[in-house]
Parts: sequence; C-alpha cells; structure tokens
Amino acid sequence: MIKSKTRVLFRLGDKIFPKFTLICSLIVVAVLVNILIILFIQAWPAIKESGFSFLVGRSWDPVKNAYGALPAVYGTLLSSILALVIAIPISMGAAIFLTEIAPSWLRSIASFIIEILAAIPSVIVGLWGLFVLVPVVRNPIESWLGTHLGALPFFQGPPFGFGFMAAAIILAIMIIPIITSLGRDVLKSVPGAQREAMLALGATRWEMISRAVLPYGRSGLIGAIMLGLARALGETMAVTMVIGNGYRITASLFSPGTTVASKLASDFSESSGLSLNSLIELALILFIITLSVNVIARLLIWRLTSVKGKAD
Amino acid sequence: MRHKSARKWFNLLMLGLNSLGAGIAIVIVCLMLGYIIAHGLTFINLDFITGSAVPAGQPGGGMHNEIIGTLILVGLGSIIAVPIGLFTGIFLSEFGTPFTVSVVRFATDILAGVPSIVVGVFAYAIIVKPMHSYSAFSAGAALAIIMIPVVARTTEESMRMVPGSMREAALALGITRWRAVVSVVVPGALAGIVTGVMLGVARISGETAPLLFTALGNSFGYSGLGSPIGALPLQIYRYALSPYKNWQQQAWAGAFVLVVLVLIISIAVRWLSRKRRV
Amino acid sequence: MDTTKQTETTGSRSFSGNKGYILKAENLRAFYGAFLAVKDVNLDIKPKSITAIIGPSGCGKSTLIRCFNRMHEVTHGARISGKVLLDGEDIYTPGIDPVSIRTRIGMVFQKPNPFPTMSVLENVVAGRRLTSVLSKRTEMEEIAEKFLRQAALWDEVKDKLKQSGASLSGGQQQRLCIARALAVEPEVILMDEPCSALDPIATLKIEDLMRGLAKDYTIVIVTHNMQQAGRVSDMTAFMMMGDDRAGGLIEFGRTDQIFTNPKDKRTEDYITGRFG
Ligand SMILES: Nc1ncnc2c1ncn2[C@@H]1O[C@H](COP(=O)(O)OP(=O)(O)O)[C@@H](O)[C@H]1O
Ligand SMILES: [Mg+2]
Repeated sequence: MIKSKTRVLFRLGDKIFPKFTLICSLIVVAVLVNILIILFIQAWPAIKESGFSFLVGRSWDPVKNAYGALPAVYGTLLSSILALVIAIPISMGAAIFLTEIAPSWLRSIASFIIEILAAIPSVIVGLWGLFVLVPVVRNPIESWLGTHLGALPFFQGPPFGFGFMAAAIILAIMIIPIITSLGRDVLKSVPGAQREAMLALGATRWEMISRAVLPYGRSGLIGAIMLGLARALGETMAVTMVIGNGYRITASLFSPGTTVASKLASDFSESSGLSLNSLIELALILFIITLSVNVIARLLIWRLTSVKGKAD
Repeated sequence: MRHKSARKWFNLLMLGLNSLGAGIAIVIVCLMLGYIIAHGLTFINLDFITGSAVPAGQPGGGMHNEIIGTLILVGLGSIIAVPIGLFTGIFLSEFGTPFTVSVVRFATDILAGVPSIVVGVFAYAIIVKPMHSYSAFSAGAALAIIMIPVVARTTEESMRMVPGSMREAALALGITRWRAVVSVVVPGALAGIVTGVMLGVARISGETAPLLFTALGNSFGYSGLGSPIGALPLQIYRYALSPYKNWQQQAWAGAFVLVVLVLIISIAVRWLSRKRRV
Repeated sequence: MDTTKQTETTGSRSFSGNKGYILKAENLRAFYGAFLAVKDVNLDIKPKSITAIIGPSGCGKSTLIRCFNRMHEVTHGARISGKVLLDGEDIYTPGIDPVSIRTRIGMVFQKPNPFPTMSVLENVVAGRRLTSVLSKRTEMEEIAEKFLRQAALWDEVKDKLKQSGASLSGGQQQRLCIARALAVEPEVILMDEPCSALDPIATLKIEDLMRGLAKDYTIVIVTHNMQQAGRVSDMTAFMMMGDDRAGGLIEFGRTDQIFTNPKDKRTEDYITGRFG
C-alpha cells in the first residue's frame, strides 16, 4: 500500500465538504419549494370557501366574508404595464447610450449613477414619491391631461395625485435601472464582428445599432424587460405609499387603486381568520404570477447566452 | 445626395433620442438623491440618533431604537444568509454536476425574484403564526431569504473567475480538493465574495415589506429575538404616512441615514470591483 | 496497429537495458470521454534521471504525463486504462488516494501559476501546509529558504518573501513553482513545457536548475523544443499522433542515440525537421 502523507482528517474533508455545500444548496431549493407549499396550505381555507369567485370577485368585505381578488390583480397588471410603457423607451435608450454611443470615460460613471437608483430602498423611493412626485402628478400632469384629453376614459375624474398614474411613474423609476443594466449587459455581449460587418456595408451608426446589434440581442433584451416587469409586479412599499388604496376597477388612471402587494402591506397585520387566508391566497397569486414571468425571462436570457457560447 | 443627408440626420436624431433616455435616467437619480440628501440633512440631529420615539404631536425624539433594531436585523439576516449563500456559491462553482448546478442555480435565480412581501408572508406563516408572536427572529429569517441569492450568485461568479490553473496547481501539490477550494480558490475570489455580502447588506438594510408582519415594530427598544423589534425602514414608512410634521421630518432624516449607508456601500463595491479587474 | 507493435518492441528493449526504474507505464491508454488521446504507451523511467518527452503539439504529451500523477482524471470525463507503476506498485489500484500520489509525484505547469493571494513564502510552503496539520512559523521559514535555495531563487527573492507570488518576473515565478513542488518532497517531478512561456535567459536558468535537481529527483519534462531535450535530458521519448488521432510512443532511448541515430524513420524525420 502506498503510504499517504496527508492526514486522515483531510481525506475525510473531501467526502464531507462537498456534501455540506450540497446541503446548503438544497436548503435554497427547499425554501423556494416551501414558499409555494406553505402559501398553498395557508390559503387553502380561502380557496375552499371562495373557489373560483375569488378570482373574479370585485369586493373585499371582511364583514360579509366576501373576498374577490380582481381589483388587486387588475391594479397590479395595470400599474406594471403602464410602468413598462414608460420605462422601456427610456431604459432601452440608456442601455444603447451606455454601450454604443457614450465615450468610454462616461460609460462606467453613467452606469454607476443609474445603478445607484436600483439600490435606493423602496420605502425611500416611496417617501420621495409621496412628498415630491404626487403633488407634481396632481398638478400639472393630471390637471393638464384632464383639461386637454379629458374625453378619453383614462383621464377622467378629479386629479387626486394618488392613484394609478403616480404608481406607474414610481414603478417606472424603479425598473429603469434594472432594465438598463441588464440590457447593457446583453448589448455588450453582441460580438464586435457583427457591428463591423454592418459598418463595412456603409451603414450609419444608428443603422448598425438597429439592424445588427438590436436584432442579435433581441431575446436577451426581451428577457431584461420581463425581469423588470417581474420586479414591478411584486414591488410593494413605494406603490403602497402613492397608489391611494382604492379597491376598484376603473379605466381612469387618476383613480386611486390597489395592487396585490399593496393590499397585503396595508391589510395583513390587521386581518385574521378567513380574511387572512384570503390575503395569503392573494400572496400565492402574486407568487405564481412573478414566478412565471421570472421563469420566462430567465429562459430567454439563458437561450441568448447558450447561443453565444456555441458561437465562440 | 438628398437621400444621404436624410440618413445622416436620421442617424443623429436617433442617437440623440437614445442619449436622451440615459439623460432622463441620470436626471431622475440626481433629483431624487439631491432631494433626499438636502431635505434629510435639515432634519437630522443628534437627538435623531440618540433619542427614542415620542408620542404623536410632541417635538423632538429620534430613531435610536430603530437604528439599533436595523443593525440587529441586518446582522441576524447576514449570519444566516452568508454561510448558506457562500456554500451554495461554492457548490455551484466547484462541486455540482451539470444537472444539480442547473437546478440549484435556477432555484437561486427564482428565489431572487420572489417579491419581498411574499417572503414576509412566508416568514409570518412558518414562524410568527406557530410561535404566536411577532419576532426579531422571524424578520431576520425573512431578510436572510432575500440575501441568500445575492451572496450565492456573486460567490459563484467570482469563484468561476479564479483560473483553473490555480486549482490544478493546488491538486498537483497533493492538496485535497476541499482544502484547495478553501485555501486557494476562495481567497482568490474573496473580493467578489465580499462584494456580494456588501450588496446583500445594502439590499436588506432598506427592506421594509418583509418586516411589516414579522418585526412589526417596537418603540421601547430591543427586548430579545423572540419579541417584536423596531427597524429604520419600517419607522420611515409609518412616520411618512403619519399626519404629524415632526414625524414626517424624522422620516426624512431616517431616509438620509439609509441613503448614505447605501451610497457608501455602492461606492465601496465599485472600488472593490475596480481593484479586482486590474 | 503498426504503431503499437513498434512501441512494444522499443519499450521492452529499453527496459531490458536498464533494470532499475521508479516509474513505469504499462499499456497505458488515456481517454477524454470516448476520445482516445494516448494509446498503448509502455515506458520506464530511471530514478534520478531526466526524461524528455518530445513530439508535435497535440500528440498527447501533456495527457501522458498527467496520467503519471493522476491529474488526468481531474478533467471531467477523462479516464485511463493500463497501469502506471510507482516503485512497482500501480498508482491506479482501487483504494489508492490520488491525493497521496500527487505528494509523491509533483508537477510544474506550462504557465507559471503561483497562488496570487499568497506571498512568496506562503507559496513555497503551500503544499506542505495544506497537506498536513499547521506547522510553526519559524519552521515554515526554514523550509521556504531550503527549497528556494534548491530552486536557485533564494538570492533573488530573499527580500521579497512577503510580496505576492504574482509580483515576480515570469522566470522567477516558474522557479517559485518548482520550489513549491520540491517543498512537498516528491520523488518524481513532472514538468509540462516549463519554459515555453519564458525568455531565453530564464529558460537557461531553469535548465541549469534541472540538471542540478537530477542529482536528487527524477524528472520528466515535456518539451516541443528539441534543443532543450538535447541539452538537458538523459533519455528521450518521441511521441506522435497516429492516423486515428491517438498519440502513441514511437521511440524511446538514450538522448544521444535518439538524436544521432534514431531507429525509426518518423523520429528521424521529426528531429531533422522534415516533419509536416
Ligand atoms: N480536456 C480535454 N478534453 C478533450 N480533449 C482533450 C483535452 N485536452 C487535450 N485533449 C486532446 O487530447 C489530445 C492530446 O492533447 P495534449 O495532451 O494536450 O497534447 P500535447 O500536450 O502533446 O500538445 C489532443 O487531440 C487534444 O485535442
Ligand atoms: Mg501540452
């Protein structure tokens, strides 16, 4: 037998240590799976009681024990999609600027400044929204829209300031840095040869961007947008502080509304019994929605990177 | 000729519009940061750091207990999250098979995308409800769940950047695999790992939603891990929505403290990662 | 088929000429997944000698020597068949710990790879310290000095022991890696093109060093520089890729014989530069 200089202890480590890291990894997987299971169990009384009417019901009435999620789901989707409408052009422009247009000294400092925005806690963005943004939304934004475009259903009713409009703007502000930095990474991964090929054909810089760079990175950019959407759907504090907490479904963006997350934030600690179970069912719905959006986004981004890997 | 100059103008127009996007983003950051810092500075004072909450409408008071509470919660979250995240990152980069790595990495990414309020509901359901009490511990656990993916992915990424030749060099010396990982790969990736931990700390120190129904708040100061505990972001939220001028002003002062913390961490992270690149 | 026969005859011939050997390959085959990279190598290596392995790039030289200290299996999907005997005992016997093999057969790589997070001193003792339970600081310093001297590096770095290993020049880094390998006190040292990343002066220093080390150690060096093989080695093995893309041993013998009077036409073509 060949004599070993290494101590038994170290050889044992080679058996134990990888197992130990595996256990830690499994904890992460278990937490994720358990979130789904525990939420489902806790929501079960509400699911049994309300059934399908929970998804289509329009009122939230603990006195009558009638719970409908539709206004919260509607508010979540409306505010997030509006936020995307605002954020996409700005963050795509910013991502393109950061990779294709800005001089190199400006790139890293500008990226850094935009990334700081992503690091500001949601509650502080909400505080700023509450005292700075909401008054501006009330007047001039909403009053102007009301007078000039008041015929449209979106811009009817008194300008509160608090409402879908303010929520959408604040959400847009919060997802701009996310979409920008993910989009920038995607554009960076487009090979230089793609750009040069297009320029060599006599393309202008914009033609190069729009015909070579953006098509190449398309699925990754869509993934970045989806991740921004996922973030907007689950965002809680800032939205809760500016959306005005009205439990209704209306086309008017001036109207106060609710999102699933803001409903949880404002009602959860005061609830018990069936209304608590119903809130947990709301949380379950939010979890499933964001999970699906996240999965789709990850798959899109992964597809891009694996295609890139093959090309190299 | 006309066609050519039209293309040129269109090119300039589009480049300008895209730059405008970056400009808007940067202006938003400056407006927000500038306002918070300027506004917060006017309301921050020694009393804010050392004083306790006062009843509504009274002057003075501060967020001493909440600042301590946040420190405790962030510490608690980190104590749970750093080892789990670190070892998960090590597993992903060193020991996983392609299949287990894709499962674990997928789970980590998805966990990172779970809304923080849902994590709060989860912590409520598994800890607060069975224990019949809001608690610092449940809040720390919720924050840990949020922090783990951040630490895990940055650890994995920075360990993967350590060249394979370092692992080979260690193995060829007869160093066991795990010892090579612990003594050669992890030190090589340390700057990245520290960055990840700092990003995680920055992230959870401002988290509010998961504290709403775990920490709950406690203006009498720390009274054990099993009892409710105050936290800076939580108090900012409550005071911001209150009708009292003094409380609103304290919310701004609190925001200033948190923003400065986040700024310091961001700059340190940038400095660290720049050093790493050289 | 032809290659295999040739290998076996040359292998046994050289074995009959030299009774004592420390390392011996028997019908060694190395695979990467399904790909056969090295085919049927029989080779024996005398103690306290320098054996050079030469051959065109891609013929499996690195793969072969990585089989000698079980580094081959570190690559995902890599495996071997056949035997590698160290002092007459097969290092691939089930139950034998590859880690302990590597403390007896050290390795120096093509690109110098000191640990950048460790100082010069820590680099030298890294293998020692990480393979046994912690030892004392002063002892470490003694050991470091001893092996830095052996690696002819002491005079150049004695004032830089606290600096990062990555702060040295390329040639110094490579000698540091040699010192690091020596400090584990192996019997055999494998070197995979240790000079290919270095300038001629640094190369010369390493070659001198190798001649000195051959008094106490067995050295196997891979090189695609024939002059280097001629300058430093006692024995030379020539490898080449066959039509099936698997590398095989073509000829093995005393270096002067291989270079002046090769038995195989392919060896002759290669060393006279008439090759591809
Ligand atoms: N990690 C690997 N995976 C798959 N094939 C490899 C790997 N390393 C080397 N090979 C293949 O094995 C053969 C021998 O390679 P190598 O031993 O590095 O040659 P040399 O060192 O003589 O240049 C080559 O065909 C090479 O492509
Ligand atoms: Mg090689």
